[in-house]
Amino acid sequence: MKARVHVTLKPGILDPQGKAIQHALGALGFGAVDKVRQGKVIDLEIAETDPEAARASLREMCEKLLANTVIENYAIEIDAGP
Amino acid sequence: MKAAIVVFPGSNCDRDVQVALRQSMRGAPGHDEPIMVWHKDADFEKVDLIVLPGGFSYGDYLRCGAMAAHSPAMTEVVRRAKAGVPVLGICNGFQMLTETGLLPGALLRNAGLKFVCRDVHIRVETSQSPFTGRYQTGQRLRVPIAHHDGNYVADEEELERLEARGQIAFRYCEPDGAVTEAANPNGAARNVAGVFNEAKTVLGLMPHPERLADSALGGADGRPLFDGLVEALS
Repeated sequence: MKARVHVTLKPGILDPQGKAIQHALGALGFGAVDKVRQGKVIDLEIAETDPEAARASLREMCEKLLANTVIENYAIEIDAGP
Repeated sequence: MKAAIVVFPGSNCDRDVQVALRQSMRGAPGHDEPIMVWHKDADFEKVDLIVLPGGFSYGDYLRCGAMAAHSPAMTEVVRRAKAGVPVLGICNGFQMLTETGLLPGALLRNAGLKFVCRDVHIRVETSQSPFTGRYQTGQRLRVPIAHHDGNYVADEEELERLEARGQIAFRYCEPDGAVTEAANPNGAARNVAGVFNEAKTVLGLMPHPERLADSALGGADGRPLFDGLVEALS
C-alpha cells in the first residue's frame, strides 16, 4: 500500500528557508503571503495490507528516522485504495 | 591511551582529527596510534575516546547526521557512550550526537541560510570537563567553523536546564569575550557553539579545534582540547 509522510517544523522553531521563500514571493509580486513554512513529503510503498499495521509501522519509522521529533512534527497519510 | 575515529562515507575531517590527536598523544604513557573505524564496523577494539569527525556523512541526506546516527558503528558508539566512554563530536559529529539523542537539542539550517566558513571566537564556559581542562573558564579561543547547519535549537526549558547544569561548553563571542548577536555566525540559541551531556563525558561542538591545533597552520587554540583529553584519559 502507498503512504505519504509529511514532516514539518514544530511551531516556534524558526524556519529561515521558509522566510527566504516568503521574501522571494514578495519580490515576485505576491505581497499577500504572510508566512511560509517549508517541510518535507516522503512517499513510501509498503508491503502491508492492514492499514492499522501500516500506520503503526510508519509511526515507528517517523520516530526513529523520518522525523527529528525535537524539532519536527509528522503526519501520516495512508492510501488504502485499490 | 587509545582513541578511535569513526569514518563515514562523506567524512572529511577524520584525518585532521587523527593528526591533532597523534600530536597530543605523542609522549603520553602507553599511547597508541589513533585508529580509524569504518562506519560498518560495530565490533571495534576497546578505546578510551571515540571521535565523530566533521564532514557530510551520507551526503547530509534527510537531515545532517540522521543516516550516520543509525549506522552499525554508531549503535556501538551509543552503547559505549551510555557506559561512560568519552565521545567527542565535531561539526557533523555534533549533528550525529543530537540525532542519536546523546546530546539534547538539534542543529538547524544557519539563520543566514549561507554556508559559513571562517574563523570565529568562542568562549570556554567551563574548564570542569575532560575536554576543557587545559583551558581557563572564560578563555577566548579563535577556531574555524565551516558549516551550513549549525543553528543550535532547544526549547526554553532545555536551555535553562543546560545553563543550570553547566552543560554549555562554548559560546560564540567577540574577540574580547562579549557574547553578542553580531558574534553569532549561525543564529544558535544563546550563542551556543558546543554542549556536554549531563555527565560531561560527551561533547559536541560546531567549531573545528583540530584545524587550528598547530601553530604552523596559523593558530593552536584548538590544541589544548586534545592535550587535555590525553591528560585526562591516559
